[in-house]
Amino acid sequence: MSQAELSQAGAAPRSPRPLWSLGLLRSEITMTFRRWRTLALLAVLAGVPVLVGVAVRIETGRGRSGGGGGGEGGPAFISQVTNNGVFLVFTSLAVTLPFFLPMAIGVIAGDSIAGEAHGGTLRYLLVAPAGRTRLLLVKYATTLTFCLVGTLTVALSALATGALLFPLGEVTLLSGTSIPLAEGLLRALAIAGAVALSLVGVAAIGLFLSTLTTSGIAAMATTVGLLITVQILDTLPQLETIQPYLFPHYWLSFADLLRDPVYWDQLAKNFGLQAVYAAVFGTAAWARFTTRDITA
Amino acid sequence: MPQPPATRPDGARASAPGAGPASPPPADPVIETRGLTKAYRGGQLAVDGLDLVVPRGSVFGFLGPNGCGKTTTIRMLMGLIDATAGSARVLGSPMPAAGRRVLPKVGALIEGPALYGFLSGRDNLRRFDAADPAADPRTRERRVDQALQRVGLAAAAGKKARAYSLGMKQRLGLAAALLQPRELLVLDEPTNGLDPQGMREIRALVRELAADGTTVFLSSHLLDEIEQVCTHAAVMARGRLITQGTVADLSATVLDTRASGRLTVTTPDPADAARVLKEHGVTELQLTDDRVTGDLPGAADGQVPPDLADLNAALVHAGVRVRAFGTERASLEDVFVQLTGEGFDVAG
Repeated sequence: MSQAELSQAGAAPRSPRPLWSLGLLRSEITMTFRRWRTLALLAVLAGVPVLVGVAVRIETGRGRSGGGGGGEGGPAFISQVTNNGVFLVFTSLAVTLPFFLPMAIGVIAGDSIAGEAHGGTLRYLLVAPAGRTRLLLVKYATTLTFCLVGTLTVALSALATGALLFPLGEVTLLSGTSIPLAEGLLRALAIAGAVALSLVGVAAIGLFLSTLTTSGIAAMATTVGLLITVQILDTLPQLETIQPYLFPHYWLSFADLLRDPVYWDQLAKNFGLQAVYAAVFGTAAWARFTTRDITA
Repeated sequence: MPQPPATRPDGARASAPGAGPASPPPADPVIETRGLTKAYRGGQLAVDGLDLVVPRGSVFGFLGPNGCGKTTTIRMLMGLIDATAGSARVLGSPMPAAGRRVLPKVGALIEGPALYGFLSGRDNLRRFDAADPAADPRTRERRVDQALQRVGLAAAAGKKARAYSLGMKQRLGLAAALLQPRELLVLDEPTNGLDPQGMREIRALVRELAADGTTVFLSSHLLDEIEQVCTHAAVMARGRLITQGTVADLSATVLDTRASGRLTVTTPDPADAARVLKEHGVTELQLTDDRVTGDLPGAADGQVPPDLADLNAALVHAGVRVRAFGTERASLEDVFVQLTGEGFDVAG
């Protein structure tokens, strides 16, 4: 959505005032993606599929079949990578979703408000006047844009690496049926979308934490620490009863998009859960930010 | 494009408290606060019942030692922090409620400049301009260029802000306040970090803006700065407003109580001089080395002030050798020290 709004804002020179307020969103997105930190995060995300691809290639080069995979949900695909490079997309997303992607989101979201407060630029944005609600929305929209861009970075890097190192061809789904490469790529795109949506909840948590402090580093560290804690809680069998309410619980459900027919149950639960987290922490962030004394 | 100075149909709610004082405040004040109070956590009062009136078109000096609540007041006026009690109106509208309508007409420099170090000076201004929903993106480049030129940063506009000196940052902060024609400029310590030449330029800029009809609200702990550029001033100490009025009136306050200022005589015979001066009704005599200072008897005491020439003649007649003779005019610094009973560096 932000993309669409963006092009509108750029292409409407005679627009009335309501569209002018999109200038801040454009400024924010441009600024975020021009920062070295953002580019470094994207570079790391792009590097993961290359590493995985090269590792699989070396393993198979030694004549061993690709290792069986580590986790329960995702890397079932990893054995398929040698037959079809498209599977590197699925594998890479499964590898980056638990930590790399949400950590990157945590950095962007955690710094969003706290970083401005730390630098003192927050007071100048607010007297401009950016408007507190508007600024918060812009920050959240930018974080979500980063979710999408980050996920696509992983997917495209994986696709390029996969195409270079392995053959491409018909995609055999988890349920056994084969679909043409074109449809396989479409499914890959859908999976990237599902992964990006899985990050909506962490983004909201990061934004909320960012409104609590004037230290960008503290907000980032707290977000990432919380992520790791929750990921660990999600693996403890004793906590089974609360696990369905933890935001990463259904993350690996994106694999269900590789079934025929698509198995929607877990996916829907995931999106629902993310929406709840976004609503709860988004509201909390709004309540906090609109009443906070800006003394930095 | 200069916005017409928004003549608002002033059906604004007549605020009930304090209505009908003996001398009504000047019509349409730009800033008006009533009992404005801010208590920070722990109950400490940073600002205590402030009644401030800033007339339209004035250059208003907001004076006080560091830490006396000036910046807290400015933050409340700009809607950055909520008042604990009392109300504030800026450009006739209540703050912070009407912030969206009011703030585009206000340029502010609050507690020093804050910039994005990784952006160039020009990009910083673009960013702050984009944050204003009332700023026309079509004229952005032109307005940014003008603002840069106005503060003398045009040549350094492409440099990253992190490479700027403090003075350059201050100028860029001022440029951000000047992106649009403003009705009110709030400048918190605008000459901090500037060299004497830079200070002079800022003062010239303030005068120029005031001549264009912009009201300038200038906070400072530098008394001579206020004295040089301001038409009005308010003095604040320990969270309270001590006095406010025109600079001339404030100086006169001291001149009144001290008749016509403090007499200073430089002489190699200080003891004799003091004796003669005392005979002529000079009070509060102080002797330091070869200087004798004292207060002339004045109208406040119901006496006719003596002619200084007669006083000097009396000294010479008594055989006192006089090297220098005259009165010191009361400066704002005198006013300040007299009103607050303290220096103007740091409040305890």
